[in-house]
Amino acid sequence: MQSETKSHVDQLTSPAGHPVTVLRFEGDIASTSKDAVLGTYQALPKNDAKLIMLDFTKVDYINSSGIALVIQLLIEAANAGQKVSAFGLSAHFNKVFTMVGITKYANLFPTQPEAMAAL
Amino acid sequence: MSLPKATTVEVRLPSRMGYEKVAMGTAAAMAKLIGFPEDRIEDLKTALAEACINAIEHGNRGNEKLSVGVVLSAGPDQLEVKVIDDGTGMKTQPARPDIDRKMHGEEDPRGMGMFLIHALVDEAEWVAGVDGKSSYVRLVIRLDKEA
Repeated sequence: MQSETKSHVDQLTSPAGHPVTVLRFEGDIASTSKDAVLGTYQALPKNDAKLIMLDFTKVDYINSSGIALVIQLLIEAANAGQKVSAFGLSAHFNKVFTMVGITKYANLFPTQPEAMAAL
Repeated sequence: MSLPKATTVEVRLPSRMGYEKVAMGTAAAMAKLIGFPEDRIEDLKTALAEACINAIEHGNRGNEKLSVGVVLSAGPDQLEVKVIDDGTGMKTQPARPDIDRKMHGEEDPRGMGMFLIHALVDEAEWVAGVDGKSSYVRLVIRLDKEA
């Protein structure tokens, strides 16, 4: 019943010339999304990826278990000295992420260009 | 099409993760008929999803032989939703989640469902069923919240 979470990784360059790793998610982010969210993140080479972006543009449904996976990702990123930002959340999930405090540890932007411009 | 007063719709869900989306879709359709704005419909969908997930995971303990009942009662300016399971009900309310404690490993990253329910609807109450069964959570979302 839940839509399978798909993910893929893109490598971009920030306006300042730094490498940016973008994790793009598609589908639902729920308890079944551990491999797509944490697994994809954990497979990144930690020394190269210091700037991480999470792309939620193609995500329709995120529940509390999915938010917990995002928080786990943020914990691991903080421990690895990585900066994380996110873009593409709907207005509703932007509000939910703000409510639970995620914005203290990851900046949220409407679009990828706005997220890139802030780097 | 608009809803006459006191319209009730009932849905029974299998205790299987993902089926909360059936309840979300039904509630969203009713809320739209009452005239709720899109942002309140999204609030309702998330709160109801979390209530159904709690009922599946904790109330019915994932037992697929048990179902989760969802009763939606529409009034002229509000929607009341009861999510019913076969559990014994909530004994205590969990503490408000603290992102700093989560980030520092002092609190489980999970456990935000109840917080979201409280934050997104106008009323939320948990009622333990008699004989330790048919416990429910009752949610109310009103049309005039922004008024």
